[in-house]
Amino acid sequence: MSEPTNLHYRLHVNGAEHDVADAWLGESLLYVLRERLGLPGAKGACEQGECGSCSVLVDGVLLCSCLVLAASAVDRQIATVEGLAPDGSLTDVQRAFLDEGAVQCGFCTPGLIVAVHDLLDANPHPSELEVREALSGNICRCTGYGRILAAVQTAAERRSEP
Amino acid sequence: MSLTDTDTARRTGVRDGAIGTNAARPDGVPKVLGTFAFSNDLHADGMLWGATLRSPHPHARIVSIDVSGAWKVSGVEAVITADDVPGAPTYGLITQEQPVFAGDVVRYVGEPVAAVAADHPETCRRALAAIVVAYEALDALTDPEAAIAGAHAPIHPNGNVIRHQRIVAGDVHATGGVTVEGTYEIGMQDQAFLGLEAALALPDPGGAGVELYIATQWLHEDRKQVAACLGLAEDKVRLVLSGTGGAFGGREDISLQVHTCLLALRTGRPVKMAYGREESFYGHVHRHPATVWMRHHARADGTLVKIEARFVLDGGAYASTSSAVLINAVTHTQGPYRCANAVVDGWAVRTNNPPCGAMRGFGVVQACFAHEGQMDKLADACGLDPVTIRLRNAMRTGDTLITGQPVESVAPVERCIRETAALPMPTEPIGGFDGDILRLPGGTGRTADSTHVVRGVGWGVAIKNLMYSEGFDDYATARCRLAEGAATLEFATAEVGQGFVTIAQQIARTLLGVSEVLLEPMSTRIGSAGSTSASRQTWMSGGAVDAVCRRVRERLFEEVAAAWGVDPLRLVVDGTDVVDTMDAGRRMAVAEATAGIVIDETCEYRHRPTEDLDENGQGHCHVAFAFVAHRAVVDVDPELGLVKVVQIATAQDIGVALNPLSVLGQIEGGIAQGLGLAVMEEIVITDGRIRNASFTDYLLPTTLDAPQVLATLIEEPEPMAPLGAKGVGEPPCISVTPAIVAAIRAATGRALERVPVRPQDICL
Repeated sequence: MSEPTNLHYRLHVNGAEHDVADAWLGESLLYVLRERLGLPGAKGACEQGECGSCSVLVDGVLLCSCLVLAASAVDRQIATVEGLAPDGSLTDVQRAFLDEGAVQCGFCTPGLIVAVHDLLDANPHPSELEVREALSGNICRCTGYGRILAAVQTAAERRSEP
Repeated sequence: MSLTDTDTARRTGVRDGAIGTNAARPDGVPKVLGTFAFSNDLHADGMLWGATLRSPHPHARIVSIDVSGAWKVSGVEAVITADDVPGAPTYGLITQEQPVFAGDVVRYVGEPVAAVAADHPETCRRALAAIVVAYEALDALTDPEAAIAGAHAPIHPNGNVIRHQRIVAGDVHATGGVTVEGTYEIGMQDQAFLGLEAALALPDPGGAGVELYIATQWLHEDRKQVAACLGLAEDKVRLVLSGTGGAFGGREDISLQVHTCLLALRTGRPVKMAYGREESFYGHVHRHPATVWMRHHARADGTLVKIEARFVLDGGAYASTSSAVLINAVTHTQGPYRCANAVVDGWAVRTNNPPCGAMRGFGVVQACFAHEGQMDKLADACGLDPVTIRLRNAMRTGDTLITGQPVESVAPVERCIRETAALPMPTEPIGGFDGDILRLPGGTGRTADSTHVVRGVGWGVAIKNLMYSEGFDDYATARCRLAEGAATLEFATAEVGQGFVTIAQQIARTLLGVSEVLLEPMSTRIGSAGSTSASRQTWMSGGAVDAVCRRVRERLFEEVAAAWGVDPLRLVVDGTDVVDTMDAGRRMAVAEATAGIVIDETCEYRHRPTEDLDENGQGHCHVAFAFVAHRAVVDVDPELGLVKVVQIATAQDIGVALNPLSVLGQIEGGIAQGLGLAVMEEIVITDGRIRNASFTDYLLPTTLDAPQVLATLIEEPEPMAPLGAKGVGEPPCISVTPAIVAAIRAATGRALERVPVRPQDICL
């Protein structure tokens, strides 16, 4: 679009530098990741930070990328679901989601995978209530959460194995 | 077989990935990696964005539309209105009566009026804001009873009553010693699928045709409607299923399909449209809000004698599937209980409220909330407990419904109830063993005190029809190609998350003795699979895949038998080998048997025909039925009106578990949606306007709301079903809602005849 505020900036995403050219200032981080950087793993489903589908880490902090202006994330380290297993293998959390049947339509899945990594990296042995509270910002409409909670438990148990 | 939170019962003795195993989803890995392409993830070079201008009025005459302002916004490539629709101006699933764009009048808030295509979503937003529409407000019809009474001038050429259907069965004068009565209300629920509506349209050179990548429930029905509105032959419109983030009925109707194609054809460039959440609330139909009056007559021992009922379903501004939803509602009046006599009056009406149509449960949710409330009242009146009254009246195979249709399906209603009752009650006290506030009603944000909290238990039992009804020619198509030890399946079945792709591979592996089963993209290149609706795809598309794999296997046996010089009827597939049953030593790997040959077949599967209902609601209108029971345990703070659903126990009649883990996923997911309707989910409407079109204001269950689920799968193979398996998608969400409300009634003593139950319904 033609706009006097066209911007050029760089973002650090998953350890790589990305140029963002001719961008509108009002674009969210979610929009720029998806539409300009070819990283569609973060999903948009509410635009209000209610559903967690767009979860990413910015400087290690879990947040909803729909609520962040992309241009405000310059000079920060951004991590998306695509960066978790860059070589195409699966992380323990991703494997647990598959093993426990936690994936149906899969739209909430990338956001949940990011959120569960964030949880288990900070708290390797969460209680069931801690898991529920940590994931209460990620809405899933298909599973009713039973298999997702089982997947987190499985991933945590596997991390504890010698 | 019993499944619990921790026991997912992996079966042994069956080949990996075959029927009966927890075979892995073929789309699982890309979904956890974030690389699976949902419709909103699609991109094409030179792509434009499309957006829709919508009516701010529930009912108004369009005096004029001035689009000149939109053209002045730099980056705008197309602006279209009703005048730019080259083909049929209206569309619809049953009657084609809903405008692609409103022409002379708007009938609901959110009705499309114009659309634009531009280089950026923000350009689209500015262009829409620059379109000036002059409206003359008209009197809005928002009361369904006024539509029935004829108190309002027709708001549509097809009138204000979409359908009226009576059922008159047996002796209408029959009475019993006991009568109970109630009027039940069901609020408007949203499907709230996570993957918002999105599509990408690619125009053919010269506008001769268009290819549409779309998240939908039925590609061929979409194509029929889209082609008609575009004025193109159906073979010039090609639809390909893109990744679909849930559906639950909300993608049965056309939303942005025609608009996207029109913009692409107009500009000659790829166009992507993608709704935001607010627009999604306006862009798809919802579950019908309903008022259901019922009066049950019974003998003193609780045996049902007669049911009288009146249903009023608010269909909103356009018909969508309202007439079929109404039929489902009235024909499920009795629930899973024997009753010979009935008088039922059902109305689906048009108003200037948001259009309503399909949502998981499809009319039966509304009927079940009423009949289960009635069964509890009847139990009270007869001095019986909720389980006894339901067992006393439980339907069995061979019973006759109030429509005169015999229940030919396996009907293990008594077993569903007994096996649900056998599941353990929660052992933890109110607030849990650790007393964490998160376990109390309202969680950390509220002030519930465990000493005030009361626990209640409630029951719900349901019957749900499977497949389409009333004479619909319902079929599914599948193709199988077997070569070099691998099978390739093709079908147009919409995979919306339910896992049909997994089931299809399991069927092929089992029948053909192959491990590798490839799936072609789901598209209109092959014949229709029918809709991913009505709990029908495992039965229908599963039936088609089963049939085509059997046909391919017959031809494989003919090839092998010819080589061996034996009768092909002697051959079977054992594991991954073709084996001669008359000569145990003679076997050949399927991979070897298929070297150098290609077997390619296509089959259609049809269920048995059904009939229309007559004017008295008599007729064999449904194909088959499934049954389920739910027991809910809730904790309630009666002073604050807060509810925590602690546990749901359920036993579901599923026929056969083709993939037990997948069945459990459907059960747990359906329970969460039924819980949502029970205690939090409602689209709030004032004067035709949605007040809470966002996930901030439309409340959905989260991990903190999800109860413990104990599930027993009742496996009694259904003789009519090609694989013995009944559809499992809808039953879980139906009787859980009345079970939860019954539990709240038990805890509070309140009548609670409306869902969702709000705090003020409990505490004021």
